[in-house]
Amino acid sequence: MTSSEIFSIITFIYGLAMVLYVFSWIFKKALPGKIATAATIAAALGNLTGIILRWIESYQMGIGHAPLSNLYESLIFFAMTIALTHLFIDFRYKLRFIGVVASPIPFLVMAYASLPKVDDVIQPLIPALQSNWLISHVMACFIGYSAFAIAFGVSIMFLIKPSGAGSQSGIISRIPDFDILDDLTHQMVMFGFLFLSIGIITGAVWANQAWGRYWGWDPKETWSLVTWLIYASLLHARLMRGWKGKKIAVLSCIGFFAVIFTYFGVNLLPGLHSYQ
Amino acid sequence: MTKSSNPDGFTFKLWKFFASVKLSVFILLSLAMTSIIGTVIPQNENPMLYQQKFGEALFKILNTLDIFDMYHSWWFRFLLFMLTVNIIVCSINRLQATWKIIFPKQPSFKINQFRKAKNRQEWSAADSPEQLKDVISPLLSKRFSRLTVQSSENGYILFGEKGRWTRLGVYAVHLSIIFMVTGGLIGSIFGFDGFVNIPEGESADKIFLRNSQSEIRLGFEIKCDDFDFTLYESGMPKEYRSSLSIIKNNQSVVQKDIIVNDPLRFEGINFFQSSYGKMPATKLTVTFTEKSSGLIYNKAATMGSPVEMPGNSGTLIVEDFRPSFSFRGVNLTNTFLCRMIPNNGEPSHIIIPADYPRFDMMRQGDFVISISNTDFKYYTGLQVTKDPGVPLVYAGFLFMIIGCYVTFFMFHQKICVEISADKGKTTVMTAGISGKNRPGMNTVIRRLSNHLKKITQ
Ligand code: HEM
Repeated sequence: MTSSEIFSIITFIYGLAMVLYVFSWIFKKALPGKIATAATIAAALGNLTGIILRWIESYQMGIGHAPLSNLYESLIFFAMTIALTHLFIDFRYKLRFIGVVASPIPFLVMAYASLPKVDDVIQPLIPALQSNWLISHVMACFIGYSAFAIAFGVSIMFLIKPSGAGSQSGIISRIPDFDILDDLTHQMVMFGFLFLSIGIITGAVWANQAWGRYWGWDPKETWSLVTWLIYASLLHARLMRGWKGKKIAVLSCIGFFAVIFTYFGVNLLPGLHSYQ
Repeated sequence: MTKSSNPDGFTFKLWKFFASVKLSVFILLSLAMTSIIGTVIPQNENPMLYQQKFGEALFKILNTLDIFDMYHSWWFRFLLFMLTVNIIVCSINRLQATWKIIFPKQPSFKINQFRKAKNRQEWSAADSPEQLKDVISPLLSKRFSRLTVQSSENGYILFGEKGRWTRLGVYAVHLSIIFMVTGGLIGSIFGFDGFVNIPEGESADKIFLRNSQSEIRLGFEIKCDDFDFTLYESGMPKEYRSSLSIIKNNQSVVQKDIIVNDPLRFEGINFFQSSYGKMPATKLTVTFTEKSSGLIYNKAATMGSPVEMPGNSGTLIVEDFRPSFSFRGVNLTNTFLCRMIPNNGEPSHIIIPADYPRFDMMRQGDFVISISNTDFKYYTGLQVTKDPGVPLVYAGFLFMIIGCYVTFFMFHQKICVEISADKGKTTVMTAGISGKNRPGMNTVIRRLSNHLKKITQ
């Protein structure tokens, strides 16, 4: 089996897991939720296998390098880190519901990666990318992004959940308590912040190796800094000013839009980093 | 620090202003928002382009605000300065209190704080307080660095504590920001960012700054012994490699092959592989073939200086060289751009492609001109930088990562296990408090209680 075949299969499994999570949530059934989690595990393992296989395939082509070098490869990796973060929360905090907001993300990411406009050919590394820092930089950034993605999903849940005791029926009311959501958002933001910091820092060290400057205000760098500053504000508002709940959820959504722009939007602007 | 000042005094007010977290959130968000400007409006381009794009009036306003070089503008620097002062003032303000918590003269526990804690758990046990204390205290001392055992009216109270020092994590994070800002400042004052192009076999002892026209003398010579590039089968670049040597006092002191991502560093100056190009030798041969007679005249020429044309008909200046030149959609490759000044008539620009000696026939002149003996050479384009602020910035990076980890994932834990007997019934109570009402504390208590329940019930 080739890595691209594996990636098509897991896209399907991620989609299946998403449907099952939603089904389990709407109809209040536990079993589909369990199957969905099992499916997510299978898909994440498949995802990892696919990445390793693609790595091996690149060596067979004589241009061996870690598959983290273009948009397609970054999307595949992103899907895996989100699935793994989701599973971590599922097991660590025993929160199955999180699948409802977490599982669509890897599915959408994989579906996007399979669009024809995203080039999936294994390309050799151009000189600037031939650095060990590439791997740590990309990995740290995407682990950070995936935590922010989940924080975003949870924040959305927070925002659509009606407050007050009157509306305690229907599927919306099955969203867990505000406190749990709020705490989970906070945990994910802290986790994401640490990894985004590591990502920015490894990127800076790499830039200093390759171009002799650790910071050059290129659009991608700047947008990652903007993202970092937004989440830093969130953390301070919460730790020092005691902000909770809705305000934090809104800030977490704004932060995630900055993440998305750093990832995709920057390609619309000129600069070194745009994946082409 | 602030207690002794007059509460109405200006200094005190200023101090309070800078000690507020509202200010930090405000500055952080201002930096985030203003940084976006520079990603939407390309920075440091030719002023003409801006003028065309924005119109005269808007251009003037934006230019006054330094929008076209905003990351070096006074107001952006001012924001960074405010950020630094904010962090310093806040840290000084809080460090005293934190210090007292971390190094107290006498550690004190207030049992009532624990009794009120939300994460409190209670259950009844079979054994006597005495026995339980002997079982539980070795267990706690394994998990907590400090353990105090006190006896109470009807039993024992055990206090455990650890991770006081983790309260310093936040100071490490904030210090890291000061390091980075200072390191950046040092770099921009004492460092430089320049470039130099060196042909194979030649050397340079000065470089050119990127953002101004000035030159910098290196104090030694940098020589390019060799330059090579390799391509993948697909034609994508695979490697650029320059063999460089440093020559000091006429002696070669360092030799190194540099590639992208592996620079040469010498005496605080770094040489990075940045670009390459092709240039002709300084001495060229210009050949004039007279159309009417077929006579051939060879003349030596150098770029930029005039060559007498045969028959006293005028002069020719080889002005410029292009490794590729598009002519009606065809790439002529190595092309010289020349200016011809006839003795009678208007000067004109003509192009002479070195690889197509008969190209000039098209021009319908008296002579067909070609250029040979070009002896092309590659030059390596080096980025040359010096940045004495880097060690400080890297120290900041390290502090940032360690500090964030400590602040987010470790915390000061204080726990209490109270064992009391009332009418022959023993009750065990566990509770924990931490600096901030951390959910992590609740997890610690939940796990501890589950463990203790197993062995006491
Ligand atoms: C980027 C610039 C930053 C500024 C201007 C800033 C500023 C401040 C200020 C003024 C305070 C209040 C200090 C006090 O009253 O004790 C504070 C607290 C805090 N900051 Fe920052 N900070 C920055 C970055 C960060 C980062 C990156 C983190 C992430 C780890 C962080 C974590 C904290 C925490 C956890 C507190 C609470 C301190 C406590 O509990 O005593 N700060 N910050």
